Amino acid sequence: MQTFHTDLLCIGAGLAGERVAIEAAAAGFDVTCLSLVPARRSHSSAAQGGMQAALGNCAMGEGDSPDVHFEDTVKGSDWGCDQEVARLFCDNAPIAMRQLAAWGVPWNRVVPGKSTYFKGGKLFEKEEKQEKEGLITARAFGGTAKWRTCYTSDGTGHTVLYTMDNRAVQLGVAVHDKVEALSLIHDGENCLGAVVRCLKTGELRVYLARVTLIATGGFGRIYRESTNAVINDGGGLIIALDTGVVPLGNMEAVQFHPTGIVPTDILVTEGCRGDGGTLLDKNEHRFMPDYEPDKAELASRDVVSRWMTHHMRQGLGVPSPYGDHLWLDIRHLGCHHLATKLREVDEICKNFLGIDPAKNLIPVRPTQHYSMGGVRTDKNGLAYGLKGLFSAGEAACWDMHGFNRLGGNSLAETVVAGMIVGAKVVDYLRDHQVSYPTGLVRDSAAQQQDRIKRLISKADGKENVFTVRNSMYDALMHGAGIFRNGKDLEACVQTLQEVHERANKIGLRSNGRGANPELALALRLPGMVRLALCVAQGALQRTESRGSHAREDHPERNDRDWLVRTLATWQPGAPLPTLNYEPVSQVWSIPPGERGYGGGKIIPAEPKE
Amino acid sequence: MARNLTFSIFRYNPQDPVSVPHTDTFVLDETNHMTLFIALNRIREEQDPGLQFDFCCRAGICGACAMVVNGRPGLACHTKTKDLPDAITLMPLPFFTLVGDLSVDTGTWFRNMAQRVRSWVHTDKEFDPKALEERMDNAVAEEIYELERCIECGCCVAACGTAIMRPDFLGAAGLNRLARFVLDPRDKRTEQDYFDIVGNDQGIFGCMGLLACEDVCPKHLPLQDQLGMLRWKMGWAGIMNLLPWKRK
Repeated sequence: MQTFHTDLLCIGAGLAGERVAIEAAAAGFDVTCLSLVPARRSHSSAAQGGMQAALGNCAMGEGDSPDVHFEDTVKGSDWGCDQEVARLFCDNAPIAMRQLAAWGVPWNRVVPGKSTYFKGGKLFEKEEKQEKEGLITARAFGGTAKWRTCYTSDGTGHTVLYTMDNRAVQLGVAVHDKVEALSLIHDGENCLGAVVRCLKTGELRVYLARVTLIATGGFGRIYRESTNAVINDGGGLIIALDTGVVPLGNMEAVQFHPTGIVPTDILVTEGCRGDGGTLLDKNEHRFMPDYEPDKAELASRDVVSRWMTHHMRQGLGVPSPYGDHLWLDIRHLGCHHLATKLREVDEICKNFLGIDPAKNLIPVRPTQHYSMGGVRTDKNGLAYGLKGLFSAGEAACWDMHGFNRLGGNSLAETVVAGMIVGAKVVDYLRDHQVSYPTGLVRDSAAQQQDRIKRLISKADGKENVFTVRNSMYDALMHGAGIFRNGKDLEACVQTLQEVHERANKIGLRSNGRGANPELALALRLPGMVRLALCVAQGALQRTESRGSHAREDHPERNDRDWLVRTLATWQPGAPLPTLNYEPVSQVWSIPPGERGYGGGKIIPAEPKE
Repeated sequence: MARNLTFSIFRYNPQDPVSVPHTDTFVLDETNHMTLFIALNRIREEQDPGLQFDFCCRAGICGACAMVVNGRPGLACHTKTKDLPDAITLMPLPFFTLVGDLSVDTGTWFRNMAQRVRSWVHTDKEFDPKALEERMDNAVAEEIYELERCIECGCCVAACGTAIMRPDFLGAAGLNRLARFVLDPRDKRTEQDYFDIVGNDQGIFGCMGLLACEDVCPKHLPLQDQLGMLRWKMGWAGIMNLLPWKRK
């Protein structure tokens, strides 16, 4: 078996993983990134809209500052975030964007003079200042007081990831692609690396590292309808959960994006609405102002998704063979705007729907999009439970997003968190040495080898991996979607427990040799069901509505009882996760209040006199 | 009227000693809005769970799913079956190392290309976290983005006559990448520096001008314009290099 030694092992080579890798490589450490796909195919590349940073360069961003950004972020999180972390993030975001500019990102820049823009389908005029010419410009996004989202057309994730990977190549960061981490090597106290399967040859490898970082992105693929890439199956979270000592934070906080296209669930960016697109129902009536007169389509994502679902439940959705949907209207933005600022959207509409968004309405519905939950870390990115284990990006619950993250804050988080956590990893590498007990390493690898053998020989059963996966989809979509209630969640948890048992009885139908895809899914599926159970059980216990977590039977936000973060751990062999809770924030710069959109009752933390 | 589609798919697992290269046939009923992403996943789930192919974003953004569809390299995710005849032949991209069936290793080649063209902004400026960003003209930024849109799917090199003959050819993707840095005012490399990378048969002089790269590019990048621009610029750099008093 091949064994690799490195100072820093980054599991995941998207924006967060590579940004941390770059920080360590620049400090002279040996770094290896593992990736399911070539680094530049990471899901970071699919982010279209942009990155929030309070630069305040453009006319509509005037007067912006990290303070305003901080306020938006805390409100957006529905007071579920760690305010110390949100503060760190907002203060550092402008530096990170400027650094990306220096490294080569072709950010769109301020063009002085008068220009027009749309808001809610109406035309307005603005004037960009001469003295700001050539500085990084920004666009509007939901839930923000100022235009703050820096972008390169609607290919922001792509250009930033390519620039990041260029920087990684320049600094000699090794990327081992087409590999998958199957387990963490640990002794219950220290993390020592990972057991990994090569997806080119099927062989197992061992990576030993002084620091291991989990940066594997979201776990949206436990849902059937998701905007996530097919690689977003929560692999990094699974190996963390399987240690039995590392908790996952707030797994019940799952965001649905308002505009997944029907039927393929591909995302069209929030930039469409930011740039003035509107949502219409079957009568082509613009309904969002009826519910949110002030913010309309630009209320935060959880709010817009809920109103859309509510509106369809009133019978006002557009019927289709794939179920009801609504329309996104960007026709009025014009061909030039679509061809320059929203060209990916233009291409997606033409390639996947066969329609021209300059002439036709786009069929959309809310679709699973982002996981606020993840490997719970402290403000330095250090995971709870194991020394030498860090996490960053969507895989982490660093927790600046709380129960709903604002558009443009996730892509920015990957880079800003990567910068901050990267510096902490460097400090850690300077101070800490480890030793690798050979027996422990051998046993960790043998355990995975044994799983593979049993799957191929059908030693545990003959369950069909795809059938079991579909049962997980059905349970989760039905019980833990946009609206939740106690009865459906209870049924969901019970079904998922049965699915979990079946997932441990899978037998392969193919021979499992080489880069066998059935084996890959069979190895991952039991862990995916455990993640699904963390979501459902966490949602069942949380008897309130906060951000994206909407309980129909508990519609009020309950600060009295639930101003806490869920921590889920999984004891080996247990049927359910163990849930513990911690206060959401140690620091309260902004005490819990109303968001100013989305309505809903609040049960205050301290009863009024 | 729903059609029955017949897929002829190349099969070979290099890791399996008993596997030999051959073609397997699968029949599938066509559904509305069916793409090759939907079709291949159905074949894997319903008929052959060992079938190897790559998808990632499945939205035409990441470039993972390039393959040869009825003789033409393209992205499987946005290929609609309604645009194809009843008989569909799927082959892996040529030129790249085969992983198995329809899956090839593009990552190794593109990483190597990035190292060869030294695909990063060359500057001696230190980043100052306290300073404002360096200004840039928006039109220039948009021009750079135009070339930066390459998704490294590999279609252009798979379709390239020169690449088939010389495995060390940088290909349209490599030349386009360099052209992106030639445009970028932040990159301080001289024309001679660029010439040293592409002024040879592995670079601009290897191209036979067959134009297949641009024909098959799923992002419609102006690949031949970039090659032309580089040749013109490098031609001048080459001539200057011959004149002893102009040599740097």
